[in-house]
Amino acid sequence: MKKLINDPLNVADELVKGLVEAYNGECELVGVRSIVKKNILDNKVALLVGGGSGHEPIYHGLVGKNLADGAACGDIFAAPPPNIVLEATKAVNKDNGVLYLYGNYAGDVMNFDIGAEDAEDEDIDIKTVLICDDVCSAPPTEKEKRRGIAGLVPIVKLVGAASQKATTLEELETTAKKAVLNTRSVGVSMSPGSIPATGKPTFEIEENLIGLGMGIHGEPGVGEIPMTSAEELTPKMLDLIIKDFEDDTDIDALSSGDEVLLFVNSLGATTMMECLICLNHAKKYLTEKGIKIHDVIVGPLVTCQEMTGISFSLTKMDSELSELWAMECQSVCYSKLEGKQGL
Amino acid sequence: MKLTTDQTVSMLNQVCDAIIAAEPLLTDADRNLGDGDHGIGMARGMTSAKEALSNEFNTPGEALKAMGTAMMTSMGGASGAIFGTLFRAGGKACGDATTFGSPELSETLSKAVEGIIKRGGAKIGDKTMLDALIPASEVAKESETKELNESLSLIATAAEEGKEASKDLIATMGRAKTLGEKSIGHPDAGACSVAIILQTMSDYVNSL
Repeated sequence: MKKLINDPLNVADELVKGLVEAYNGECELVGVRSIVKKNILDNKVALLVGGGSGHEPIYHGLVGKNLADGAACGDIFAAPPPNIVLEATKAVNKDNGVLYLYGNYAGDVMNFDIGAEDAEDEDIDIKTVLICDDVCSAPPTEKEKRRGIAGLVPIVKLVGAASQKATTLEELETTAKKAVLNTRSVGVSMSPGSIPATGKPTFEIEENLIGLGMGIHGEPGVGEIPMTSAEELTPKMLDLIIKDFEDDTDIDALSSGDEVLLFVNSLGATTMMECLICLNHAKKYLTEKGIKIHDVIVGPLVTCQEMTGISFSLTKMDSELSELWAMECQSVCYSKLEGKQGL
Repeated sequence: MKLTTDQTVSMLNQVCDAIIAAEPLLTDADRNLGDGDHGIGMARGMTSAKEALSNEFNTPGEALKAMGTAMMTSMGGASGAIFGTLFRAGGKACGDATTFGSPELSETLSKAVEGIIKRGGAKIGDKTMLDALIPASEVAKESETKELNESLSLIATAAEEGKEASKDLIATMGRAKTLGEKSIGHPDAGACSVAIILQTMSDYVNSL
C-alpha cells in the first residue's frame, strides 16, 4: 500500500495536528493529543468524544459547531490513554459536567473510565454513554455489548445539538441514551485496511467473499457471504437492522409511517459512486415498506484506512430527535444547514 | 534470594527488551484474533518504560509503578490499561519493601489480577491475558516460601501453559469475541505477552 506518510509510528500525532490546521484556528490542540473547540460557553454541559485514530474523519473530526466540544485521540486503532482523556476533559469542562460519548470497545471503556475517575478526583462530574449500534456484534438482549460503528455520526450530531440546550448533565445523558437506542447499523467488508505502522492488512478475506458484520477496526465479520451486487446486498443488510428493531423489546419495530435517518457509509476505499448506488436501493426498499426517509447522510465518514466495505445505519426519529436533527452543524466530518438538509 | 532495587530495574529492563524483540510475534498473534496492533502497542509501551526506568528509584515498588505509568500513558488501547495496571499494581503491592523476593512477586501478581478483573471485567477462560496471569498468580501464592529463582521458574511455566491452553478457548472479551469458535486454535496475544514477561524475569533471576 502506497501511503503518503512520514515516520509510520508518528501518524496519529501528525494527523491530529493536521486536523487542527483544517479547523484553521477554530479548534486547538490540547495536551498530548486532544482537539478542543475554542470559546466553549460558560456553564455548558460539555460533550467529549474520542477513540482510536485511523478512522478519519471520525471521531475527532466531529468536534464542531453544535457537535462535540472536544475529542481525546488515541493512536492508530487504539483507545486514548487516561492522561489524554483527562486533559481533554479539563479543557472542555465548563463546570456543568462532561458527557463522554464513544464507541463501545474494551480498550476505550477502560481508558475513559480511568480518565473519568481521575477527572472526578478533580471535582468534574462525568457521565458516560456508550455507542453500541452494530447489530451483528451481539443479540438485542445483550445490546449493551455491541460495538460502536457508523451510527456514531448521527448519534453525535443529535447529542451535540442537545448539548446546546441541556441544562444538566443528566438531561443530556437521557437524550444520548435515546439516540443510541434508536440507532442501529450493519456493515460489510470486501477487503481489509492496513495498519500504517506495519503495512500489514488487518485481516484476510477471499476475493469472492464479503464479510458480513465486519467491525470498523477490521475485526473479522460474523459470517461470510458470496460477493454479490448492490441491489442484492442492500436489502439483505437492511433486513438485519429491521429484524433487530422487531426483536428488541426495548423499542417498537419499524413500521409503515415511521421516519428514519438513513446513513450510507463507506469504510474507506469503497467509492461514493458505490455508496450512491446502494443509497438508491436502500431508499427503494425502505419506501416499499412504508418507512419514510427523514434525511440522508452519505459518504466515507467512518473509515478504516483503505478497507472496502459499506455500512447502513438507521436512526428511528421522533419529535424530539427531529427537532435536534434540524439544527445546523459544522465540522470537518459532517456539516448541514438548518432544516433537513437545508437546501 | 531477593533482588535489590537496582537488580529489579535490570530485570524490568530485560523484560522491556524481550517484549520489544517479540513485536513481530505478538503482532502476528493479534492478527489472528484482533486487529494486529498488540505488538506495536506493547513495543511502544516498553520503549517508554525503558526511559522511565532510567531514573533513580529507592524501592522495587517505585520502579514497577514508574514502568506501569509509562506504559499506561504511552500505549492507550486495552493493552495500555491492562498492562499498565499490571505493573502499577505491582508498585502498590511491593509498598516500601527495599527488596523484591517471592512474597513481593506473589503479592504483585495477585494485586494485578484483582486490578485487571476490576478494570476489564474478564474472568478465567475468557481467552484473555488473565488465562496466563491467573495460573501464574496461583503458583506464585503456593511458592511464596521458595527462593525467587525457583518460584519464578514455576510461575513462568504456569504462564506458558496458561497461554498454550488459551488456544482451545473461545474468545468472549474484546475485539476477538465476534469471532466465536473461529478464535479456537490461536493463543491470546495478551497471554503471549504475559508468558514472555514472566519467562524473561525467570531467565534474569536464574542467570544471577
